[in-house]
Amino acid sequence: MRAGVSLPPNPTRARTRAFLDAALTYAALAGGVILTGAPFVYMITGSFKADAEIFSYPLTWWPRNPTGQNYARLLSGEQIPYLRQFGNSVFVALAQTALSLLVATMVGWGFAKYEFRGKRVLFLGLLATLTFPFQMTLVPLFLFMVEIRWIDTYWAIVVPGAVTAFGAFFMRQNMLAVPDELLDAARIDGASEIGIYARIGLPLSRGALSVLAVLAFLGSWNDYLWPLIILRSTEKFTFPIGLATLIGLYKIEYGLILAGAFIATLPVVAIFVVGRKTLLTNITLGAVKG
Amino acid sequence: MGSWQRRLAPYFFISPFFIGYAVFFLFPVLWAGRLSLFQMTGIGSAPVFIGAQNYLDLLRDELFRKALFNTTYYALGSILLIAPAALGLALLLTRRRLRAREFFRLFYFAPNITSGVVVAIIFGLVFEHEYGLINNLILAPLGFAKIRWLLDAEFILPAVIVLGLWRWTGINALYFMAGLQNVPGDVKEAAVIDGAGRWQSFRYIILPLLRPVIIFVMTFAVIGSYNLFAEPALLTGDVAGGPDNGGLFMTMLLYMNGFRFMKFGYAAALGISLALIILVLTLVQLRILGMFRED
Repeated sequence: MRAGVSLPPNPTRARTRAFLDAALTYAALAGGVILTGAPFVYMITGSFKADAEIFSYPLTWWPRNPTGQNYARLLSGEQIPYLRQFGNSVFVALAQTALSLLVATMVGWGFAKYEFRGKRVLFLGLLATLTFPFQMTLVPLFLFMVEIRWIDTYWAIVVPGAVTAFGAFFMRQNMLAVPDELLDAARIDGASEIGIYARIGLPLSRGALSVLAVLAFLGSWNDYLWPLIILRSTEKFTFPIGLATLIGLYKIEYGLILAGAFIATLPVVAIFVVGRKTLLTNITLGAVKG
Repeated sequence: MGSWQRRLAPYFFISPFFIGYAVFFLFPVLWAGRLSLFQMTGIGSAPVFIGAQNYLDLLRDELFRKALFNTTYYALGSILLIAPAALGLALLLTRRRLRAREFFRLFYFAPNITSGVVVAIIFGLVFEHEYGLINNLILAPLGFAKIRWLLDAEFILPAVIVLGLWRWTGINALYFMAGLQNVPGDVKEAAVIDGAGRWQSFRYIILPLLRPVIIFVMTFAVIGSYNLFAEPALLTGDVAGGPDNGGLFMTMLLYMNGFRFMKFGYAAALGISLALIILVLTLVQLRILGMFRED
């Protein structure tokens, strides 16, 4: 080889090597799937076990005596009004998603398709604050909510949560792609500016809209800290706050808690399966474009 | 008619966002700066101006030091484990002719979108010292003694790091995969034809091309560790972070001061300090990783 005579690669060796390569790849990926999936499986099967079985040897992946007791007791509301809290979460997440889509598409459209005074300054200001940690605002925002009597209301969660610099930035980037010619043609036809936004801007940004919708919904659905600060009455809790009270109060009733955790994960799974195409292709856009 | 409508339209479109942004973000940020110079404890109490006293107190606060240490420990530990694991996973997932690629990508991404509260509930069982999964199914067969993960102060952070590894390797692998798509196929081919070994082509071709993604992943890992709240708070069952504050993270300290002790001025100072720490860390990191290099 060093003398410059290049030998043809040995076909058998190459094939063996390719086979080994593939085998190792699949083995590693399958191992990862087991490690990732095991905790989920344990949660699901655990929700059908009696507490005595969860805390006993040997550990079981499949319940010895499957029982629906945890679900029955959870849904009967004897510990927490779970169904109600679940419904609250649905309401809050939907409202926050809808409002944040409206706000983000409007500002994104304004930045992407118009020239106006102060545009550069406003946009740079927006970018600069993109990295401000939200913890900075927790205390003042809470005091402000006290001031305007929004404590223990969903307004305090939905309205501030709908205004995100990320959403504005994300929609602006995506709406830049809408061709200007379409807008001019519509204007000649006498369309109003709002009409153009609604009938051209929004439909042509469907892909980005669905990504933002999924992200906004998941963000709101899973949020814990801010609702914990805002919500005070049990019947207004969203599901994370409700489940968290169970962890504190009834440490022994783990089956019940697992049942609640499993039910709360179902909408996420549904969204994930339905929106998987848009999600996986778009979720990393921010990283690549920087 | 069209022209005035067109001149005003942009302001109409951007105003909901900027009004909301001013009211719910910029104004609270400024208020935090002001509040941090006051002593204010409890709703409705009159703020008393005390200058930089809150910040001076912060420097002497044992718990602040503890939270800073814990958060840094977690940030370093998770970066050192998650970044290589995610890159490895991404390299596997971008191999040519891989079957079920979509399934794998979806599956590894799932922990990321699961609620932090649900994750904490599940990992309560994973780390349970008597009947937990890790002690019984991984450590026991290897002959190790049971670890009191959540009961011994020194093991809480490793437990949270394991949780972080489980939760965030997938999403970071997606970021790396996106970065790997930017590595042109012929670059990789060229490396093979030149006889560059796998390690060489990885080290000298792929890794440098991935620099932007590495910067992104590491920056967000640091920010993420300062944001951590639900998982450590619920795992240790206590916003103070369990035994000896072993699981006390920065945001938990802020919550404790602001919303349990109602020390609003002090918590505001904590928030401002947090922002400054994150800013400095991000800049240092960008500098080290060469974000500002001219190539």
